[in-house]
Amino acid sequence: MTEKKGLGEVQTAAPGEELRLRPGESELDAFMPSRRMTVNLGPSHPAMHGVTRAVVELDGEIIREMKLDIGFLHRGFEKSCENVTWTQCFPYTDRLNYVSSIMNNVGFALAVEKLCKLDVPERAKYLRVITSELHRICDHLTLVGAMGMELGAMTVFLYAVEARDIIWDRLAELCGARLTSNYARVGGVARDAPEGWVEKTGKTLDRVKGYVDEIDGLLSRNRIFIDRTRGTGVVPREDAIELGFTGPCLRASGEPFDLRKAAPYLVYDRVDFDIPVGTNGDNFDRYQMRMEEMRQADRIIRQCFTQMEPGEIAVQDFRYVLPPKPLVYGTIEGLMAHFKIIMEGIQVPAGEAYSYTEAANGELGFYVVSDGGGRPYKLGLRAPGWPMLAALPFMTKDSLLSDLIPTFDSINMIGGEVEQ
Amino acid sequence: MSKVVIDALVERFPDAVYDAYVGVGGDDCAFVKKERIVEVCRFLKSDPGMLFDMAPYITAVDYLGQEPRFEVVYNLLSLKTNRRIRLRVKVPEQDAVVPSVTSLWRGADWFERYCFDMYGIRFSDHPDMRRLFMYDEFVGHPLRKDYPLKGRQPLVQEREVKDIYRGPGPATRD
Repeated sequence: MTEKKGLGEVQTAAPGEELRLRPGESELDAFMPSRRMTVNLGPSHPAMHGVTRAVVELDGEIIREMKLDIGFLHRGFEKSCENVTWTQCFPYTDRLNYVSSIMNNVGFALAVEKLCKLDVPERAKYLRVITSELHRICDHLTLVGAMGMELGAMTVFLYAVEARDIIWDRLAELCGARLTSNYARVGGVARDAPEGWVEKTGKTLDRVKGYVDEIDGLLSRNRIFIDRTRGTGVVPREDAIELGFTGPCLRASGEPFDLRKAAPYLVYDRVDFDIPVGTNGDNFDRYQMRMEEMRQADRIIRQCFTQMEPGEIAVQDFRYVLPPKPLVYGTIEGLMAHFKIIMEGIQVPAGEAYSYTEAANGELGFYVVSDGGGRPYKLGLRAPGWPMLAALPFMTKDSLLSDLIPTFDSINMIGGEVEQ
Repeated sequence: MSKVVIDALVERFPDAVYDAYVGVGGDDCAFVKKERIVEVCRFLKSDPGMLFDMAPYITAVDYLGQEPRFEVVYNLLSLKTNRRIRLRVKVPEQDAVVPSVTSLWRGADWFERYCFDMYGIRFSDHPDMRRLFMYDEFVGHPLRKDYPLKGRQPLVQEREVKDIYRGPGPATRD
């Protein structure tokens, strides 16, 4: 046992870790016993996007233990939704994963429609899939851009944000907002695509594809990037399943499970697309899942454009959908239907259901309970990033502190949805 | 969906599983007695015919006015067979302690902490039963139906803002 004096305290090295020089080893390379140090990362740390606090116990540069403290962005999503009508929940769902809000809208709409046993018109299904996949590209671009930036590749971030922005321009033409789209409704979608939107979006997708290829060229074979991401934050397949991983993080660990294939909803059974599956479950695989999924999303959107036909964008049942304005102003039935939806809310049959969709980061689930009234009795949100963030201490245990940054990036924790 | 899982459960645990039903959209659902939940879950996870290897979502509901008051809902998924099942556990208010399933699925950890934080349901044998979102000084459980919608508990003194009304809201819904 070697005792070293440092910082005014007697320090003891663990058994078997003596300061012993091996033959030919210089004193500078010898093992130096160190004291464990507790460091507070966050809540607002430049390398941690979002507000997450991590208390890290460091042994030199190695993370021995980590405790997460979350909830800084908690704003009572479920409580708020229990006190507004079903339709008024949509703006709240926008703010869950604010990078891909339409996917939350669609997930919630499908949950309510499951309770109502409602089937939406074909065109609404296609519009939902198109907008969801556009937002999937946005979400993955955010991850890839932020990951590049935090590992020192600022250019990648600028390309990604530019690509994301031109998609948001198209979405703004569709639903009037770039981020908080509020696009889906119970029984359909809010607006039809404007004149010429499909062609315009096709051109936008070409440009986005160019940006994605450029990002791919900058990162995928970049020595620094690979050194930082390959072999760090590894999650073996069994652990990923037990920890409740879904989405790209689960597939990166080698489990080919995608809800769009396993339990197809909307029109995913009519389009042809592949699911990328990783092998190592490390940060680089998770990054590659995102890159490939962007290309697959592009494929899905283009197929939807060719398959989509003109038609209704919402069910013509005025117990669920607001009647058109001429009916409201011209007929008493229309006025009553309008009044009842606005004042009392959609009367969802009493019961409970769990509905799940494949959002950008995994399974987005809504557990809805209705007491037959116009407001949700309970609206449980299963945020996709929740289990991944919960597993962060496991993923970073005994790794370098600097590996925390790519690991935190690649799980794509979005405070809005995880902390509700 | 098939009734295979439900039938097997009812056959294996006739005294623990009751009121099995097919929910909206064909989901398999069943009620399970609180004390037996770990046993039932262990069977679902390890039996070669079941293999429910993931617990994607666990949540709780407050049915205020009913007896028992709370309910913990387990949504389980089998990646191998692509089946899902929903187990519902009734929890009385006086004895709001449920055995934890974290020993079976580590991913259940934060979901159970969430149920404790929001509803005050404790999970025995949970490794780290603390609040998840709210701070430790917080009094009460915000998602209980009798917690007021505008019940504010600031950690530091809030500044007076003229145009916003802040204060305890009505105990029932607005």
